[in-house]
Amino acid sequence: MELDSVMLSRMLTTMTLMFHIIFATIGVGVPIMIAIAEFIGIKKNDPYYLLLARRWARGFTITVAVGVVTGTAIGLQLSLLWPSFMEVAGQVIALPLFMETFAFFFEAIFLGIYLYTWDRFKGKWTHWLLTIPVMIGSSASALFITTVNAFMNTPQGFDLKNGEMINIEPIAAMFNPATPSKVMHVVMTSYMTSAAILAAIAAFAILKGRKGAYERKALRLTVTCTLIFSIIVSVTGDVSAKFLAEVQPEKLAAAEWHFETEKEADLIFFGTLNENGEIENEIRIPKFLSFLAGNSFDTEVIGLEEFPEDERPPLWIHYMFDIMVSIGMFVLAVSALYVIAGRVKKWNELNKPLLWAIVASGPLSMVAIEAGWILAEVGRQPWILRGYLKVAEAATTSNSVGLTFVMFALLYLVLGVMTVVVLIKMFKNSPAEAELEKRFPNRG
Amino acid sequence: MNLELLGITVLWTFLYGYLIVASIDFGAGFFAYYARLKKKDHIINDLISRYLSPVWEVTNVFFVFFFVGIVGFFPATAYYYGTALLIPGSVAIILIAIRGSFYAFNNYGSRDSTFYLFLYGATGLLIPASLSTALTISEGGFLSVTDVEVTFLAKELFTSPFSWSVVFLSIVSVLFISATFLTYYADRADDRQARRTLRQFALFWTTPTIVASLLVFMSLQMHNPVHYDKAVTEYWWMFGLSLLCFSVASWFIYIGKRYGTAFIMVMLQFFFAFFGYGASHLPYILYPYITLHENVTNEAMATALVTVFILGLLLLIPSLILLMKLFLFDADYVKGKKK
Ligand code: HDD
Ligand code: HEM
Ligand code: HEM
Repeated sequence: MELDSVMLSRMLTTMTLMFHIIFATIGVGVPIMIAIAEFIGIKKNDPYYLLLARRWARGFTITVAVGVVTGTAIGLQLSLLWPSFMEVAGQVIALPLFMETFAFFFEAIFLGIYLYTWDRFKGKWTHWLLTIPVMIGSSASALFITTVNAFMNTPQGFDLKNGEMINIEPIAAMFNPATPSKVMHVVMTSYMTSAAILAAIAAFAILKGRKGAYERKALRLTVTCTLIFSIIVSVTGDVSAKFLAEVQPEKLAAAEWHFETEKEADLIFFGTLNENGEIENEIRIPKFLSFLAGNSFDTEVIGLEEFPEDERPPLWIHYMFDIMVSIGMFVLAVSALYVIAGRVKKWNELNKPLLWAIVASGPLSMVAIEAGWILAEVGRQPWILRGYLKVAEAATTSNSVGLTFVMFALLYLVLGVMTVVVLIKMFKNSPAEAELEKRFPNRG
Repeated sequence: MNLELLGITVLWTFLYGYLIVASIDFGAGFFAYYARLKKKDHIINDLISRYLSPVWEVTNVFFVFFFVGIVGFFPATAYYYGTALLIPGSVAIILIAIRGSFYAFNNYGSRDSTFYLFLYGATGLLIPASLSTALTISEGGFLSVTDVEVTFLAKELFTSPFSWSVVFLSIVSVLFISATFLTYYADRADDRQARRTLRQFALFWTTPTIVASLLVFMSLQMHNPVHYDKAVTEYWWMFGLSLLCFSVASWFIYIGKRYGTAFIMVMLQFFFAFFGYGASHLPYILYPYITLHENVTNEAMATALVTVFILGLLLLIPSLILLMKLFLFDADYVKGKKK
């Protein structure tokens, strides 16, 4: 591997996006959870849920701040590292990027209001209403940015003539074939991951011996949400796979190690490749890939052989796919088990192994997000605009990318560590019980 | 008005918006740190934090809006600036990142670390200085362009009197705008002590503001005579109005009355200067490589962007008014009686 400016630009983009996506995911999902908690709190007149909403919102201020600054970094970095790409693609896809800034704007304004007006309004519902624009703003920004990414996978809405883009239709570019499945999956995985992380925190508190009503209510709410969202996620994931089979078959083929076009294709789970390129040590589920690709066991699935060698994505994305799907199944199973255990009288949903599994679900979901993005982005290789522009032609020619990489690596290290430290301190300094006493002294 | 002119006007307006709201924020960081050093922080820092906490994220969006918009309307800017400014651009990003996150860490997380406050204050001066170089570069003479490459002539930039005078002006303006706004805010809060301190800051920075502006003019004449000539022949009246507004503002602050009007005058002062500067810079976006008419994006995209912009404003303006009503014009909140 040569560390030229193309490779370094890719590494820097990858690092920034992978760091940002952590905070972006939280930024999209947590407002939903806050809104749900405050809603229940007002509806049932239950101070526990109101406190939950308040404490989540307080932690959220920190992650939002890091999300905003890293997002600003990406926004500028895309022009700095991929000037040719931005110049060419900008002709067609500037619209959703521009719309995204409106979504941020809208979200930022109402988030500012929401965080500082807890006791300002007479009617209780007025404050809750503020969560609606926040939810709309953050989910809309995920929508818009994902259309840009979808466009890179299935570009449309323009014609290329002598290297120039003509007949441009911004709306058609935005609503390209990849948009619906991608947007659904991205938004739903954000909700699921945020619920799972909040559940992990509640479960961890209970494991550490804080078994009050506050923690138990928090756990029940968050795990139930995780279950609902992870069911939706498996549906949207399935839709994404079917989409790939139809429109971007080389990505699915690389992700599934599916080399020859055939009907009744087997699903390969994990495994290794030997030096002859044969699959070993795998778990093989007969005919299941055909089912995944087209809902019937004799669907023909296009294999990698049909693509020129220099246009095939790297094969290691197979592991990214498997990691993502395994985690999805694991989180779904764990949250289902918890919910069932809560219903069956004889079972104890607060047993230790189950709680630890819930604790694991939070960080694992974030791992699934990262794995999913690597699958999606590396699976687009060697293209930056599939079929039109290759990554190597789009990168900056500057020879200081290496230095920049080091500077940003340090920045993210500091930000990452500080975020964790500040969040832990914030909640250690004000335990839930004490805050409950202070804010709601005469609760029933 | 054609689409490209409309586009650049919109973007310039947002950059102006950023100039004002970000200056308040940047300067506040510096004053907060300065006050800590002089052990006066109990007087003004609560006031500052009451204003900044709900709005800092909005400030940042103004900036994002500008650079996403300019790349959208004039994609060639991504190519020229992007290729040339990798290092300085990255330094600016890192400074912005440090500032935003440490503000949050300090304010919402573990309170009161002098080190965080120092970072917050120092970046408040360094960021405007580094961002202002993008404007400096747009005057031409700091890029070398061949068929394959755009390179940034850092040495020329660092030895140019023009570039330094712009840096000087940007820092001074930040402090002046911020001080006048905070004086007004302290006045609304009926906080006499804070008002006295902040009024002194504001008065102190009047003279440097005017000196810096004159320096920029003089060095522009040397650096880009075309631009200078256009500014003094076609747009002299805008700079004249700017000076007038400045005098009125300084007068009110000096006699200690009508701080609200004084701040509006400061806003107008910068409005006239900023738009006079921008208008006389046209038709160039980046002299002499990017011009308004040749490098605008295709018509379909420009129309779509303008349409979205208008719809977006319908959404944003009422929201911004609500934000200001709750945190700027609500006397009880400003006085710290509401949390
Ligand atoms: C919590 C995270 C998470 C979980 C549990 C899953 N996914 Fe996923 N997946 C993502 C998070 C994610 C993602 C990060 O959001 C991606 C990256 C790009 C994208 O569109 O969404 C993604 C992409 C992605 C793609 C590629 C889409 C493309 O490139 O166009 C496919 C085919 C799937 N997923 C399929 C699945 C299936 C069948 C799952 C089974 C349960 C699954 N995902 C669970
Ligand atoms: C699925 C992927 C992404 C999602 C869901 C997402 C979402 C978000 C969210 C929610 C925020 C704001 C944090 C908050 O206010 O809560 C944010 C910030 C930001 N993101 Fe991302 N983002 C994604 C990827 C990207 C990419 C690829 C870019 C660059 C083109 C980008 C550009 C930005 C910018 C510029 C900001 C800062 C905006 C501001 O100043 O308020 N994001 N993103
Ligand atoms: C929406 C959230 C996104 C995430 C989380 C994401 C994630 C990633 C990841 C993990 C890579 C690394 C692939 C590699 O190693 O080669 C990558 C590559 C890249 N992404 Fe995305 N991406 C997102 C959207 C976008 C958008 C909207 C743009 C441009 C406007 C973009 C531009 C790029 C570029 C230029 C590369 C480097 C080229 C390459 O290696 O493929 N990404 N992205």
